[in-house]
Amino acid sequence: MEDKVLLVKDFRKVYGDFVAVSGISFEVPRGEIFGLLGPNGAGKTSTLECLEGLRQPDGGTLDILGVNPAREPHKLRNLIGVQLQSSGLPPTMTAREAMRFFCAYHGVAPRDDLLERLGLQGKQDAQFQSLSTGQQRRLALALAVAHKPPVIFLDEPTAGLDVGSRAELHTLMQELRDEGLTILLATHDMAEAEKMTDRVAILLKGKIVATGSPTELTATGTGFTKVSVRTERAVLMDNHTAFPAVSQWVVREEYVIYWSTDPGPTVAAILAHLSAQDDRLIDLRVERPSLEERFLELTTG
Amino acid sequence: MTAFLHHFAYEFKTGLRNPSLLMINYLFPLGFFVMMGFVMTAINPLFQASMVPAMVIFAIVAATVLGMPGPLVEAREAGIFRSYKINGVPALSILAIPGLTTGFHALITAAIITLTAPLFFGAHAPVNVGALVGITLLTAFTCAALGMLISVISANSRATILWSQLIFLPSMLIGGLMMPLDVLPEAVRPFSALLPTSHAMQLFTGWAYNEPVIFNLPVSALVLALSGILALALSIYLFNWDTRNQIRRGHPLMALLALAPYVASMFLK
Repeated sequence: MEDKVLLVKDFRKVYGDFVAVSGISFEVPRGEIFGLLGPNGAGKTSTLECLEGLRQPDGGTLDILGVNPAREPHKLRNLIGVQLQSSGLPPTMTAREAMRFFCAYHGVAPRDDLLERLGLQGKQDAQFQSLSTGQQRRLALALAVAHKPPVIFLDEPTAGLDVGSRAELHTLMQELRDEGLTILLATHDMAEAEKMTDRVAILLKGKIVATGSPTELTATGTGFTKVSVRTERAVLMDNHTAFPAVSQWVVREEYVIYWSTDPGPTVAAILAHLSAQDDRLIDLRVERPSLEERFLELTTG
Repeated sequence: MTAFLHHFAYEFKTGLRNPSLLMINYLFPLGFFVMMGFVMTAINPLFQASMVPAMVIFAIVAATVLGMPGPLVEAREAGIFRSYKINGVPALSILAIPGLTTGFHALITAAIITLTAPLFFGAHAPVNVGALVGITLLTAFTCAALGMLISVISANSRATILWSQLIFLPSMLIGGLMMPLDVLPEAVRPFSALLPTSHAMQLFTGWAYNEPVIFNLPVSALVLALSGILALALSIYLFNWDTRNQIRRGHPLMALLALAPYVASMFLK
C-alpha cells in the first residue's frame, strides 16, 4: 500500500433493498486530513461505520494499514481512534475515569496530560453529564487519541460548539496532522472542510461525485470568479460597458458584482474604466467560489 | 486485569452515584424491609420465621431484575456500547461486570438485612450460616444472569420494564416471599415452581433454617444453577452492540430457554 494508510475500493453497503453505498473508492495517505462530505443519507456514516468495524461491508475492499476492519477487529482497535458524533460515554463517568478506563482496555498508560492540553484541567473529576458540549467533544477527542493511533475518525467533531471551542479543536487537528496522524473527517460544515482538509470526497446517493483538494474542487465548478467593486461615485452602477470575460453582473447594496471567467483582464478593465471616469475605488474583492457553493452545485444539480 | 479492575470500580461506583440505581440497590429494599418489619410482623407473627430469606431475596431481585437491565439498555440505546466495541471492551465484560457489581450491592443489602432483622424485628436467625451464604450467592448469580438476559432481549427501555415486572410481580405474589408456598391454593402452587424466588425460598427454608419444605431441594439448587448458566450463556450469545444495527445472532425468543429448568422442575418432585 506504499504510504497509503487507508484504502477503500469498490466498497458497497446495502440495507435490504436500499443501497447505501454503491462501489466507492478512495485512498488516504499518511498525514492527510481527508474530508467525507455529503448530505444526510449520502452514505458517509455507513462508510465510517464499516471502516470502524461497527458494520460488515457487503462488497469491495476496506483496508487500514493492512488490516481488514471486518475480519480483524482485535488488530483494528489499536490502529484507530474514533470520536463518535454522540460521544458515547456513560453519563456518570468522570473524565479521569474515562481516560483510565479506555487506556486500560488499550493496554497503555492513562494520558492525563491530554486532558490538560485540551482545556479540561479542573474538570478531571466532573461527570460526563455535567460537562458542556464543547468539553464533552474535547474529552471524546482526548480519548480517541490517547492510545496514539495512526488513524483517527472524526464525525462532525465541531457540531454544536461555540466559536472558541471550534477554533481550539481545529488547532488540535492541525497539530495531530503535523505529528503524522491521518484523519478522516466527516462533516456537514463546508467552511470547516475547506479550512481543515487536504482532500475531500463528496458523496451523493452512495456514490462519490467529486474528489480532490478543496481548491481543485472549487476550480472545476462553473469556473466563475466573483469580482465585487465599490466606488466613491458609483459610476459602475449605470455602466453598461461589457468588461472582458464577464458573463453577468448584479448590483447588491453599494457593490457591483461581476462573474468573470478570467478575473485578471476583468479587474484591469474595471480599474481603467474607473480612472477614465474619475471615480475612486473604495473596495475591490476577488473571490473564488467557496466549497459550499461547489457542494450545492454538485448535490442540487 | 487492570482493565477489569477499572471497569469493575467504575460500575460499582455507578451503583451509588446513579440516583435510580442507589434507590433500587439500597433505599427501596431497605425501606421495604423496615416497613415489613414494622407492619407484617405485627399482622402476621409467623412472618418472623421467613423474614430474613424473604427480604434477602427481595433485595437481590430488586437490584438485579428490576434495577440492572434499565441502565444497560439505555447505554446500548445511547451508543455507549459502540464506543466500547471500538475501544476493545469485550461483550462479556459489558454484561458480566454490571452483573457482578449489582450482585455485590445486593449482597451488602442482604448482609444488612441478615444482621439487623433479628435485632430489630425479632426475625429468626438462620441455623446454618454457611448454607445461607451459599444460597444467597447462588440466588444472586441466577437473578443477575436473568437481569442480563432481560437487558439483552429488550428492544427498548419500556420493554425492559415489562420483562422485569413479568418476573418481579409474580415473585411477590406466588414466589414464597410474602406467604409460604404451602399455603398457596393447590391450583396455583405448581406455577410457583416457574419462579426463581420460590426455589431460593425453599432452599433457605430447608437448608439454612432446617424447616420442612415442599420442593425437592437438590432439584431446586440445580434449577437455579442451570437457569443462571443458561441465562448467562444466552445473554452473551444474543448480545447486540448497537440498537441501530439489527443484525444479531439468534432470535430474542431463544431467551425462553433459560426458563426450561423451571418448567422441568414442575414435573420433578
